[in-house]
Amino acid sequence: MTLLRHLVAAVVAGAVIWAASVQLNAFRDFQMAEIAVYVVAIAGLSMLIGLSGQISLGHGAFMAVGAYTAALLMLHLNWPLWAVFPASAVVTAAAGAVVGLAAARLHGPYLAGATLMLAVALPSLAVQFPGVFGGDQGLSVTVTTPAALGATFPPTRWLAWVCSLAALITLVILANLARSKVGRDWRAIRDDPVAAALAGLNVARLRVLAFIVSAACAGLAGAMLAITTSLVSPGSFTLSLSIALLAGAVLGGLGTLIGALWGALVIVLVPTYVTDVATSHGFSGGVAANIPIAAYGVVLIVVMLLFPHGIQGGLRRLARLLLSTPPARLGSPGQRQPAGELTEDPNAPYRRPPVSEHQEEGTS
Amino acid sequence: MIKSFSLRLPVIAAAVTASLVAAGCGSSTSSPSGSGAAASAPGITSTQILVGSHQPLTGPAAPGYSEIAPAANAYFQYVNAHGGVNGRKIKYTYLDDGYDPAKTTSVVHQLVLQDNVFAIFNGLGTPTHLAVVKYLNSSKVPDLFIASGCDCWNNPTAFPYSFGWQLDYIREGKILGAYIKQHFPGKKIGYFYQNDEFGQDGVKGLDMEIPHSQVVSRQTYVPTNVNIGPAVAALKTAGAQVVVNFAIPAFNALFKLASLKLSYNPTLVASNVGTDPATLGTLLETYAKAGGATVNGNQLTQGIITDSYLPSLGSTGNSWIALFKKVHDSYDAKAPFDGNVLYGMAVAYAFVQAMLKAGKNPTRASVVKTIEGGLPQGASVAPYNYSMTDHGGTSGAYIGVIMNGVLVQQGPVWTTDTTPTGPVTAFSGSQPAAPASGMP
Repeated sequence: MTLLRHLVAAVVAGAVIWAASVQLNAFRDFQMAEIAVYVVAIAGLSMLIGLSGQISLGHGAFMAVGAYTAALLMLHLNWPLWAVFPASAVVTAAAGAVVGLAAARLHGPYLAGATLMLAVALPSLAVQFPGVFGGDQGLSVTVTTPAALGATFPPTRWLAWVCSLAALITLVILANLARSKVGRDWRAIRDDPVAAALAGLNVARLRVLAFIVSAACAGLAGAMLAITTSLVSPGSFTLSLSIALLAGAVLGGLGTLIGALWGALVIVLVPTYVTDVATSHGFSGGVAANIPIAAYGVVLIVVMLLFPHGIQGGLRRLARLLLSTPPARLGSPGQRQPAGELTEDPNAPYRRPPVSEHQEEGTS
Repeated sequence: MIKSFSLRLPVIAAAVTASLVAAGCGSSTSSPSGSGAAASAPGITSTQILVGSHQPLTGPAAPGYSEIAPAANAYFQYVNAHGGVNGRKIKYTYLDDGYDPAKTTSVVHQLVLQDNVFAIFNGLGTPTHLAVVKYLNSSKVPDLFIASGCDCWNNPTAFPYSFGWQLDYIREGKILGAYIKQHFPGKKIGYFYQNDEFGQDGVKGLDMEIPHSQVVSRQTYVPTNVNIGPAVAALKTAGAQVVVNFAIPAFNALFKLASLKLSYNPTLVASNVGTDPATLGTLLETYAKAGGATVNGNQLTQGIITDSYLPSLGSTGNSWIALFKKVHDSYDAKAPFDGNVLYGMAVAYAFVQAMLKAGKNPTRASVVKTIEGGLPQGASVAPYNYSMTDHGGTSGAYIGVIMNGVLVQQGPVWTTDTTPTGPVTAFSGSQPAAPASGMP
């Protein structure tokens, strides 16, 4: 039933995306593809942090693994896209398993530090082995639009279709996973690893599994980025990408799939929009160039102040206020919910201390 | 909650669509209205030529390089104030890519698909521009005067719409190599170069001229690792008396300071990419200060042998320097008048030359044809090579020595090609003076 519902939702979303891609201009199609890339990467990271309770500052490096895998497969073996995407996800999942094994032993700042190292070190491998990875110049990727669509078909629309389809499939899989036993187990180890272990859950294995799933998403996003950018080079996978993904996940709402979409929208659209505004208001070059960065910071601060649970958390609260329904199944203050039965809603943000929010709700 | 979930995805998709549409509407005003009969091509109206570029205005490559686009824009404003190009004013939109190829793709798509620019001009950086060169050529958008000395742009078969401009690194290596072969016979020579296409192409050129037996050590660096001590020590151990650097300014400065520490003082020959005296001097002083020492930048750059394809900033009597100083003082006075500014104005001059030569109703194809028909020599000391089969650019440079913070020309301008057997010959012509009007 759950699967069916998610599939129906995905098909409807796909139809809306298709209609939009046909209506909008070629650049908006390109942005749609970019958004899809970030949705996949952020959704995976958001699951990792929001459901399993682990942090990663190294997801940019996982994207690099996926992107280089895709580029190498396409360059040397001429694999078609439908095979390249899963292959990139699988290869990156393997990398995620290795990191996950180490990560399962770490927590908090130590885990952040270890994954941070990954983000810094991994992309420079490409520079160390220029023969395979093309060094600083990277590897060039060519995607041809199928001839069946006609010669005048905009290539960016094809990109938008491919990337959106991949993103929708990923979201359906993640939504199901989050609702499955695995998803419940992740929430259990997130909320109280000791209690979860006592209940018979293998905490370490679940943590590694979460890392694998999350890395697979990042790898797929990397492969999508490779075909969108048409070049894979170390300059695209800097530390700031990893930070941007984390910021996107937090902005959107940790642990929520829809939140990944909000995060991706902010990352892709805010800089373009702000640059348009800044240049049309005639700011000088140096100032205009830094305005998008400043605007990004402002958005981050404002969202965190107004909606501590991210945009999705804020929207949900707003909806609750408007419909004036009682707070959903949060339990009374001070009472700990039994792990595993906390929420069946995969979109529930990571609410560690439910007390404060509940009190706020009570006063309104 | 659970019930609403099935509805949520489509609702969100609709919201996304709405926001995209809204954003599209918001900026659609910036696309040209196509008014008048004189709109001969995308980005060209009866009153305006719209060109775009991707530039590192922020990020690791921004120091120095972020001055280039404003300087080019300053020259365009000067041209606009003096009648424009056949009555049209040049509007130059340069967007920040932070030297990240993924962002380059994004901003170039925006410029081409949304802003509808006529051409991409002076896109900066080899890895960044590689991300868009295929796209620009398949979209038939002129890709003019790329700000990178990579020989890779000179490929009229694969990239018919792309043109380089500055002296490529292979030619530069050959010109420096020929000078070293002539002036340092029998000396032990070491290389210190950036381990990417910039350094590797440069070394390719050097090796075409310098006998291999003379080269005692080849050391490389990557821009992300500032620990170059071991490389400098290896050059010292090998006994290199002359060291050739193909390095960016920061690493020339680091090299100089590291060799000082080891009391190692080889003759330094360096690519002009890293030897703008003002930039290098300032970097030396800054780095030394950070290390707790005080040095005089001009003293440390004294005697560095380098090359240049543009007139020296020190030669105030030169008509080109005088022209660009005038433009700089009127339109870009906040920036220092250094090598980056000179570069930006010189390449902008070439663009205006090409657009004027393309006539009253230029099209994308006609501009490409025009440049293939050759451009008259402009601010570069050597002529351009442009032809149907050559999209390279400047063909030569002179050797100069830095003295008291100023580049002093030594001997004639040398020209050569990129083949191993092509000779390095003295250029017999002379550089024409800058037009008094400042307009090509």
